[in-house]
Amino acid sequence: MSIFDLTIAEAGKKLAAKEISAVELTSAYNDAVTALNPRLNAYITVTPELALTQAKAADARIAAGQAGPLTGIPLAMKDLFCTEGVRTTAASKILEPFIPPYESTVSAQLLAAGAVILGKANLDEFAMGSSNITSGYGPVENPWKRNGSDAKLVPGGSSGGSAAAVSARLALGATGTDTGGSIRQPAAFTGLAGIKPTYGRCSRYGIVAFASSLDQAEPMARNVEDCAILLNAMAGFDTKDSTSAERAVPDFTKALTKGVKGLRIGIPAEYRLEGTNPEILALWDKGIEWLKAQGAEIVEISLPHTKYGLAVYYIVAPAEASSNLARYDGVRFGARVDGVDLIDMYERTRAAGFGTEVKRRIMIGTYVLSHGYYDAYYLKAQKVRNLILRDFTNAFDKVDAILTPTAPSAAFGLGEKMDDPVTMYLNDVFTVPASLAGVPAMSVPAGLNAEGLPLGLQVIGKHFDEETVFAVSAAIERAAGFSALPDVRAK
Amino acid sequence: MSYMLEGRTGAWEVVVGLEIHAQVISQSKLFSGASATYGGAPNAHVSFVDAGFPGMLPVINQECVAQAVRTGLGLKAEINLFSRFDRKNYFYADLPNGYQISQFAHPIVGTGIVEIELQDGTLKNIGITRLHLEQDAGKSMHDQHASKSVIDLNRAGVALMEIVSEPDIRSPEEAGAYLRKIRQIVRYLGTCDGNMEEGSMRADVNVSVRKPGEAFRTRCEIKNVNSVRFVMHAVEAEALRQIEVWESGGEVVQETRLYDPSKGETRSMRSKEDAHDYRYFPEPDLLPLILEQEFVDALAAKLPELPDEKRRRFCEEYGIPFYDAGVLVADQATADFYETVAKGRDGKLTANWMSGDFFAAMNRSGKSIENPPVSAADLGALLDLISDKTINGRIAKDVFEEMVETGKAPAAIVEEKGLRQVTDTGAIDAAVTKVLEANQDKVAEYKSGKDKLFGFFVGQVMKAMAGKGNPALVNEAVKKQLG
Repeated sequence: MSIFDLTIAEAGKKLAAKEISAVELTSAYNDAVTALNPRLNAYITVTPELALTQAKAADARIAAGQAGPLTGIPLAMKDLFCTEGVRTTAASKILEPFIPPYESTVSAQLLAAGAVILGKANLDEFAMGSSNITSGYGPVENPWKRNGSDAKLVPGGSSGGSAAAVSARLALGATGTDTGGSIRQPAAFTGLAGIKPTYGRCSRYGIVAFASSLDQAEPMARNVEDCAILLNAMAGFDTKDSTSAERAVPDFTKALTKGVKGLRIGIPAEYRLEGTNPEILALWDKGIEWLKAQGAEIVEISLPHTKYGLAVYYIVAPAEASSNLARYDGVRFGARVDGVDLIDMYERTRAAGFGTEVKRRIMIGTYVLSHGYYDAYYLKAQKVRNLILRDFTNAFDKVDAILTPTAPSAAFGLGEKMDDPVTMYLNDVFTVPASLAGVPAMSVPAGLNAEGLPLGLQVIGKHFDEETVFAVSAAIERAAGFSALPDVRAK
Repeated sequence: MSYMLEGRTGAWEVVVGLEIHAQVISQSKLFSGASATYGGAPNAHVSFVDAGFPGMLPVINQECVAQAVRTGLGLKAEINLFSRFDRKNYFYADLPNGYQISQFAHPIVGTGIVEIELQDGTLKNIGITRLHLEQDAGKSMHDQHASKSVIDLNRAGVALMEIVSEPDIRSPEEAGAYLRKIRQIVRYLGTCDGNMEEGSMRADVNVSVRKPGEAFRTRCEIKNVNSVRFVMHAVEAEALRQIEVWESGGEVVQETRLYDPSKGETRSMRSKEDAHDYRYFPEPDLLPLILEQEFVDALAAKLPELPDEKRRRFCEEYGIPFYDAGVLVADQATADFYETVAKGRDGKLTANWMSGDFFAAMNRSGKSIENPPVSAADLGALLDLISDKTINGRIAKDVFEEMVETGKAPAAIVEEKGLRQVTDTGAIDAAVTKVLEANQDKVAEYKSGKDKLFGFFVGQVMKAMAGKGNPALVNEAVKKQLG
């Protein structure tokens, strides 16, 4: 058994028992990153020396008997989290020279728990994308391959670098952010578990904003338990984020063994979209059987406004983004291209600094907020968003959790689905509604398709009931017994 | 008679509404912990939130909210327990986020009323449409470098209250009176220092003209006018310009204009076509602002007495005229000074002394009510000497001047200089006899009907007594001896 086969929970035990040291573990991961990152491009910035310093501190803490479950655990930090003294790009050229003088709350909490940060993980530029191809620092390669093919596949997005890093064992776990599915979809594409907690569960302070009313920090790891360990450290009320929730954080690991006996699991009819890949539908049916077999009651439910989810999302998110990204103007930080006057400088700076997808979303967002269109687009979208929230509230009167597929397909090839942006946007069809409603949702690896690529199932829960989401996800994980490994990985 | 401007086609009525931006007095900024105090080295009071750094989030400052509520209560306005922040989007170098956080759809304060007083004593109510909270922008300076503009973000993020009036104002005088009244109220409340020179209070002036009885015509907005006088001038200049446009067959176009005080005219800044599309939408980084009624009630209970109430109380309690009371309540410190002196004394006498010798001495010496030429206690002591007839009013004026000069207590001056009033009728009678004897010719004239000479005799007696004679007793004695 290789050191890379350990999960966070297992590595934590070995560290505590001093069977391995944090420096040993970190060095192994540093070496793996050095070997494989040039190919996979999972990290934009690597910080091996800093990681070793943190590992030494972790060993000292372990020796002093002050270690927690994350002390000495090497992680990848999505490059959307501001890290003090370490360049933070949001995968955009406009932030290429930006070194934050402050630490995001979530990364600060992980560091305080003794975690080791190997580097800053690649992502779609400003988290806008579903395949990690919009990064200003090059696309990320999915460590998984189709059977008998060497074609490069996308890892999903926007947290594609985090997904590739954890999947290829270039990190034991990773942080991501999810705005419309940015962690659940890449988790599904790379055979990982990832949970988007309730909006407000984690602080957004220090996370480069994409769409403020949707953005949530979240963990991605090789299994459900590791996600629970990570979320325990990441979650919590923060006075610096007015939208973070002032409520106690339970120990999520305790929920893993709760089981699903007596739980009512909703199956939304509207997610059975016409034309959905039969393999995906078959896996969904399998998931239903697994839960039934473990004592859950399956309930047919309706989420009637599901079909408007994508449309609403692609109005609300770009609207907020168009405003959030106005600060990248070349005046105070980041890249600047000089011009003949202020407006010229803005235009040159933003033309050079932003990629095509970011520009597209700024334009969409500006349009839907503009005078004369606001009511027809933004206001209407907000109303429909409320209806989608009501769909979930109504459903949760009858059920404890909802089971759906995570994504409409397995990982696709680099360069596919590029003909028009809407095809790409369709990737988010199953993940967007939970984001709009702010409810917690987790993707858990559940099987492989005929081509040998991983597929995920999504468990959606009530507001602030991540515990049930973890319990159901753990039940699926146990039944699925997913143990496949990607072709490209540290061994 | 209401204010009208005469054009070639007859009389025009002026219609004005004001948007006053009042900087909130608070320790820190509206959404960050950076200091909100005026001054300091450029960019010394700037947090990463104010500078719009990536991932920074606004957190509402409760003190600024309380200040807005206090102001709303002072404007007799309804307090909205539900309000919400919106983003107003536009690019400018001193607006770090590329948007201003403001309250567009749901302001914290709703409609209210302010009473203004015109020079002829007329009182008029001006409606308040709303008051909302918003962030101030930074400052761009274009004259510090040959080719570059420099930015100071100290002011960026400081809380502003925008107080919007109804278009109820009908003359430059009313506009000035309204602005002064708002300034007086916020100063009483301690919610804004009202210093227009420092820019902590400024006004956008909306002006239109119409023929009497007509509906409103198109208005123009004159931005950022920074003194009461300029506001009054700008209203007149803009009204005259619009009348000229209408009367020469043109049409006033809605636009934003600037007032140029050196030329006394307004000029176009940007037309409606170039107007910003601010793309307002609810600020997703903040939850709606929900106030508890108890919070509002607690602030209301501790609200200071406002100028209108104080003025009416002064009239009733101290028996002074409405006009005088208005002068005394002009600012809180003057009113407090007055009350300190008037408490337990003759309110009218106190008012006369303050609006007379006291203000004169204050202006002459360049002092202020906070650093007065004579303390309230000393002024009170002086009035006591008058009331208990230790000195007379004439001597009191000399004593007062001496107090201003030397800072000595009035009693000490009176003792030192032997200024006690003479009430000894024997001494007074002797002085009268002496004066009448020395002016036998005048006595004869008096007796033949020249009544006016009575004052002359009194004056001569007072002079002979070095001003110390009790005026009433002197009068009486003169009358008696003249028969």
